[in-house]
Amino acid sequence: MTQFLALIGRVFLAFLRHTGRLVTFSAVALYNMVLPPYYGRTLSRQMIEIGYYSLPVVGLTAIFSGMVLALQSHTGFARFSAEGAVATVVVISLTRELGPVLAGLMVAGRVGAAMAAEIGTMRVTEQIDALVTLSTNPFKYLIAPRLLAAVLMLPALVLVADIVGVFGGYLVGVYKLGFNPANYIQRTWEYLQPLDVISGLVKAGVFGFIIALMGCYNGYHSKGGAQGVGSATRNAVVSASILILTFNYLITELFFAQ
Amino acid sequence: MTSPQPKIRIDNVHKAFGKKKVLDGVSLTVSKGESLVIIGGSGTGKSVLLKCILGLMQPDRGAIQVDGEELTTLSTRERERVMHKFGMLFQGAALFDSLPVWQNVAFGLLQLGRMSRAQAKELAVEKLRSVGLKADVADLFPSELSGGMQKRVGLARAIAEKPEIIFFDEPTTGLDPIMADVINELIIDCAKDLGATTLSITHDMASARKIADRVAMLWEGRIIWEGPAADVFNSGNPYVDQFVHGRAHGPITDNAGR
Ligand SMILES: Nc1ncnc2c1ncn2[C@@H]1O[C@H](COP(=O)(O)OP(=O)(O)O)[C@@H](O)[C@H]1O
Ligand SMILES: [Mg+2]
Repeated sequence: MTQFLALIGRVFLAFLRHTGRLVTFSAVALYNMVLPPYYGRTLSRQMIEIGYYSLPVVGLTAIFSGMVLALQSHTGFARFSAEGAVATVVVISLTRELGPVLAGLMVAGRVGAAMAAEIGTMRVTEQIDALVTLSTNPFKYLIAPRLLAAVLMLPALVLVADIVGVFGGYLVGVYKLGFNPANYIQRTWEYLQPLDVISGLVKAGVFGFIIALMGCYNGYHSKGGAQGVGSATRNAVVSASILILTFNYLITELFFAQ
Repeated sequence: MTSPQPKIRIDNVHKAFGKKKVLDGVSLTVSKGESLVIIGGSGTGKSVLLKCILGLMQPDRGAIQVDGEELTTLSTRERERVMHKFGMLFQGAALFDSLPVWQNVAFGLLQLGRMSRAQAKELAVEKLRSVGLKADVADLFPSELSGGMQKRVGLARAIAEKPEIIFFDEPTTGLDPIMADVINELIIDCAKDLGATTLSITHDMASARKIADRVAMLWEGRIIWEGPAADVFNSGNPYVDQFVHGRAHGPITDNAGR
């Protein structure tokens, strides 16, 4: 029994220690993101890596989500003769929820994992130590550009996902469900409000921060060779995914709960 | 003036990881222009000692001074300034694998932003030549080089900013005997050219004998012997004797039933 309590205590203490370390890490990272010097070269490379090279995966996710949304809502709403709402449902679900969440999760798998693996390898091969001995702050050189790039690029990706997703819904709506094209587009715009899109983009920015933070944090603190880098990568993806879903709820509540 | 100020002074440095004491009161001084080699078995804390001096790890207790300036209490920014005095060759070379060789060598110079990229590249090629590498290596990536070449590039990077103090972490480990000797000679030449003070750690006695003016032996977290390099093979200290002659039996292994 005491053993069990001791275990709970240990787990709790470890949790506090990790939380404290993460908060410190974020604060130092943010501080270094704002103050010069800036590493433009790393920033632009990361922006291309995160924004441009994630386009295929995010685009494919979005188009199929839009398509399946149209199909599902059509068959579902047919039960109470509300098929007309398909276009509206597609666009609102995409902009508010599915765009940011799916893009966030896909980018967490793609980019967060890569950041953790790259920075983790740099840690265990002493490349981060080497940076310090060359009078370069690793937070500025490695972490700040990644955070900034993710915060900037995720909203852009989500905007693309919104458009591609709506287009997917349109394809199914028009070519499979027989909607009139002009009518479908009009229905898409009719009930859409700026806040639907804006809330999605705000979510995207937050998710971008979470993804880069988890990737960098886990990589930076990885230890013990290849195995350490492996678990850093896994932790980065898992923790980013869970945090994305958590913050998705919190931000939704912030925007839409009366 | 009394006796000249030592270049590096380490006083009663302690470092533990959890319950494991690695450094248990290390004291050492290195005079200007001297080459001190610290010998000791694997896992005795040689790298930890170097990292404490470089500020990559914070010692639990003790003082570390360079040119009379205390390092353990410096802020991150002040430390960056002091870092310009240091060059470090890491055990695994720790080259940045995302950058071509010349950008590795010129990394510190490029960060300072005082020269154009073309100038920096020219300088990098010159440094590469001084460690016996041809100009065409400059555009390769570190992963395309052999271990010996990586060490040479690491050395070129360490000396590129003309440091006053150079640290070598097991410079010859993992190299064949001939390449090891080549690296030894490069170390001696580079240090002489720069008039630098060097602190090396190794368990390769051939290397220690070649590059050392003075030798110190680290065992169980303390310096148990130090003296001129010429005395190391007849030190009269049974621990040193066992180590330098590489005997399986002796006081080091007899007490190792821990
Ligand atoms: N970051 C660290 N965390 C925990 N233990 C460490 C760390 N770095 C080194 N150690 C431990 O300190 C001891 C000395 O390591 P090190 O200085 O690398 O030995 P060596 O003399 O071979 O260079 C080892 O037992 C190692 O496990
Ligand atoms: Mg070592």
